[in-house]
Order: sequence, then C-alpha cells, then structure tokens
Amino acid sequence: MSEKTVSAKAPKTPKAKPVARKDMTKAQWIWKEMKRNYIAYIMCAPFFLIFFTFTILPVILSIFYSFTIFNLIEPMKWIFLDNYIRLFLDDDIFLTAVQNTLLFAVIIGPVSYLLSLFVAWFINEIPPKIRSVVTLIFYAPSISGGANMIWGVFFSGDSYGYANSILMRLGIIQSPIQFFQNADYVMPLCIVVALWSSLGTSFLSFIGGLQTIDKAQFEAAAVDGIKNRWQELWYVTLPNMKSQLLFGAILAITSAFGFGAVVDSLAGNPSVDYCAWTIVHHLGDYGGARFEVGYASAIATILFAMMVGSNMLVKKILAKVGQ
Amino acid sequence: MAKKLRVRGHKVVLNRSAGGDFGITFFLVILGVFMFIPMYYAVIQSLKPLDELWMYPPQFYVVKPTFKNFSLMFKTLQTSWIPFSRYIFNTVFISVAGTFGNLACGSLAAYAISKINFPGRKGLSSLVRLSLMFHPTVSAIVNFMTMSTLGWVDTYLAIIIPAWGATLGMFLMQTFMEGNISVAVLEAARLDGSSEFRTFWTIAMPMVKPGWITLIIYSFKDLWNTGASTYIYSEELKTFNYAVGQITSGGVERAGVGTAAAVVMMIVPIAVFVIGQSNVIETMASSGMKD
Repeated sequence: MSEKTVSAKAPKTPKAKPVARKDMTKAQWIWKEMKRNYIAYIMCAPFFLIFFTFTILPVILSIFYSFTIFNLIEPMKWIFLDNYIRLFLDDDIFLTAVQNTLLFAVIIGPVSYLLSLFVAWFINEIPPKIRSVVTLIFYAPSISGGANMIWGVFFSGDSYGYANSILMRLGIIQSPIQFFQNADYVMPLCIVVALWSSLGTSFLSFIGGLQTIDKAQFEAAAVDGIKNRWQELWYVTLPNMKSQLLFGAILAITSAFGFGAVVDSLAGNPSVDYCAWTIVHHLGDYGGARFEVGYASAIATILFAMMVGSNMLVKKILAKVGQ
Repeated sequence: MAKKLRVRGHKVVLNRSAGGDFGITFFLVILGVFMFIPMYYAVIQSLKPLDELWMYPPQFYVVKPTFKNFSLMFKTLQTSWIPFSRYIFNTVFISVAGTFGNLACGSLAAYAISKINFPGRKGLSSLVRLSLMFHPTVSAIVNFMTMSTLGWVDTYLAIIIPAWGATLGMFLMQTFMEGNISVAVLEAARLDGSSEFRTFWTIAMPMVKPGWITLIIYSFKDLWNTGASTYIYSEELKTFNYAVGQITSGGVERAGVGTAAAVVMMIVPIAVFVIGQSNVIETMASSGMKD
C-alpha cells in the first residue's frame, strides 16, 4: 500500500542522474532553460508582441523601404541610394529641415537637460513638503498637453496679446507684432515654449536619483577636503546618479530631435517660409500627406540615425563624469 | 586653511557660501515664476467674464471671476455636430482601456524580465532600452500600413492596442522591480509550489505599488493628451484634445471658451500626477540605465 503512494508521487520523468551544464552543448542547455522557464515567455508575449509590431518592426521596415520607391499602389521598386541622393542634392526644404532640427536639438537638448539637472539638484535641499510643491510647478508644463495654446494667446498678434500690449505701453513698438507670422520670432518663441515644457521624466528621474544618495558620502567628502558645492556636485553627486544621467540624456535627445509638435500648435503647419520646418514635419508631409513611403522612410532613417548617433556621443561624454 | 566645516544638527555638513545660496534661490524663483505664469494665466483667462477678457490693456488678475466660460464650453460643444459628451467619452474610454492594458501587459513583461532568469531576457531588456530612442514619428508610416492591413484604421483599436506596448512605463516598472523585490521571497514562494502567475499577482505586485502607480500615470497622461490621430477619420471617434484644438482655433469670439477647454485639458493630468506624486518619485529613485 505504502509502496503504491510513493510510486504515485514520483515524478513522471525520474531524474536518473543529475545533468550538469558541462555535459551539454550550449544549444541544449539553452533549450532546457527555455523549457524550464516557458512561463516567462508566456508572460512576456502580450507586451512584446505589440511592442515588436508597433515599435521595432516599423524601424526595421523603414530602413528597408528607404532603398525603394513605394507608394502603396504600384509595386515596390528597388532603387538603392536614390532616395538619399534626392534628399541631399535635390530637396532644398529637407536641408532647411535638417538645419532647423539640428539648431533646435543643439539648443533644446542640452539646455533642457542641464535645466532639469540643476533644478532637481537645487530643490533637493528644500524640505520635502515644499519640495513636492516646487516639483509640481516645474513639472506641470510638461504634462499639460493643451497648455501650449496659452502661449499663443499670450503672444497673439493683436493688441490684446499681453506681449504686444506690454511692449506698446512701454513704447518699444508702435503697432502690434504678428509674432507667429514673422520668421524672425517663430524660432526663438518655439524654443522658449519647448524649454518651458521640457522638465519632464528626466527631471523626475534626477530628483529620484538625488534622494537615493547616501548622506554619509557627503560628510566623508567634506572631511576629505571638498571645498564647495560645485566640487561636491562633480565628485560625489553626479557619479552617484550616473544611471539616471544616462536615462535622462536618452529621453532628452529623443524629444529634442523629434521636436515639431510645439511648432504646429503655435505657428501652424507649415510655418511661415518653412522657418521652423523640422525633419519631423518633412516626414509627416511625405509619409502622411503624399504617401511616398520610400522617400519618407529615407527621412525617417536619417532622423533615427541622428538620434542613435547623438546618443552614442552622449554616452561617451557621460563616461567622463566625476573624473 | 579656513575651516570649511561646521556642525549642524550633530552632522558634519559642507559649508555653503551665502552668496551661492542666494544666487540659487534667486535663479529658482525667476525660473519658477516663468514656469508658473502661463498656467496661472490660463486659469485667470478662463475665469474672466467677456468684458474683462477684452479689456485694454489686458489685466493679470480677474475682478469678477465667473464659471460662465466653462458652462459656455459645454453649450458650444453641445450644439456642435458631435455632442461634447462624445469627445469626452472617447478620451476617457481610450485612456482607461489603454492604461489598463498597458498595466497588465507591461507589468507581466517587467516581472518576467526582472525576476525570471530565462534565455533572451538580456536581449529583450536592451531592446526596450533601445526603443526609448525611437520617436513615434519614425514609426508612423509603417504603423499606418500595419493598421490598414489589420483593419484597425478609424477604430479605437488603432490607439488603444499600441498603447498596451508603450515602453516608458514598462521600463520604469522593470527597473523598480529589479531593486525592490527580494529574490529570496520569490524563491520561497516558488518552493512552496506557488505558480509563477500566482507569485506575480500575490507577492510581487503588492511590493511594487509605486511602480504600477507610475505606469498608470504615464500611460494615462499620454493617452489623455492624444490629439488628432492619423489613424482616426470619423468625427465621432475623435478625442477631447482634438475638440479643444478646434475650439481654440475658432478665433477671437471663442477666446474665453478656448481657455476654459485648455484648462480642463491640463488640469486632469496634473491632478492625476499630484495624487501619485510621491509614488512616482519613489519609482524614479530606481530609474536609470547602466550602459
């Protein structure tokens, strides 16, 4: 009787001899591990299925389409680099877009990044209750999607706009300026608004990172002869939050190169004389409006390459922090 | 050498220069005012009665605050082609369905990647990290083709389903789980015969409440701000943000209503953030990437 219960409880595939990893080829070992952890793949499946379809696949396909002529109606035709040649040699508006994108990215990227870092660092010493209010004030513009339009009202072209009214009362200008119809003002204003709404996730990440730093390190550093808060920042604080610095940098770069929505909501699409026309706009124009999938994919690929390239550059720079 | 140390509350702290303290405070105040004024201005503008709205010179305060703009907003949209409630419904429906799916899919994947040692986890996790560099515009064209193949163009699915695979919230969840769930507890549960799903649901998830609150906030905020989408044509499927854009572009006679709509638009994500703020900061403390 007792024998029967024992045999019933015994596993179906008795482990005759324990298998050590060295007895197997690498492929066998991986296969065994995959079978053992099959549940992990089930858990990952829903997310990664959607993620691959809507995030990874588009990038891969875009690179592929960028070597073709494809407009969804006629059959696809392989043309190798012609799209890229056309972009750089025949498309003046694209060159304007590249120029504007680089200008925006070079200003908005680093400035918003440093602004997030320094504000997070400064408010770190404020008592927690006040700090959460201050955090909210700085962070709120980045999550309030509809609030960009308030800048439009503020700088509206008639004398009821605050900016015009103030300038006119001070006697600086005689008649109202059409801020968003004038190529001289569109770029700077868009940059200001973009910076205003740029203290986002990286800012919160820096705040979170700063809170995890062990206070004892600061005391030790003070004893070791750190002279002022800037040295403290460079030698103690920043090296302690390197992972947040990198995370923040990646987010800053992506949003700086993908800049375009702010322009749309303030200056319209297209902006006057293409003065604030970015790669994102060009992409939307060819992809969304004209359905030149091949050509638009070439634009997307270039934008993608710019983002990845600058990320690699930033990684190298960040490796020097604290040295 | 001058003594740079002093004792404050029994702790050795670095002596901060008073000039530096003043400079920093000054900078913070100026910047804070710059950040705050547009928000303040939006609220003030939405509370102004018509005569104050068109007072010259424009004022930075409101004498007789009124909620008329808000009620007018409902009226304007009530009489428009598509009832206002429909835009609200669309946005709320998209936000809730998308956030719920993102939470379910995202936290399952985050758990598996951070806590189960299976072949391929490193690759998947670096793909997620890499994808933070992808801007949505880059994938818009191919996604449109995918949507039309699937027959999702001009349906809610076109917005809801991709949101289930949104990476930022999932990434933050994953980094949070890495640091805040002890492997020993999970091992104990596994030894007790708890299935992996059960362990996930009854042990892991309660331990990472800040993580999923953060994921909810991020997902909700993104979906709430969904504007005119390239995948949606039908007016009756369009979102509140799109409707706000339509009112505000209505020009001078809609100025008060427009700001009222923009205020509603911005208050909701801010309110959601305020509710979960401490949880978000806690999650952010373990955010970041090593390489």
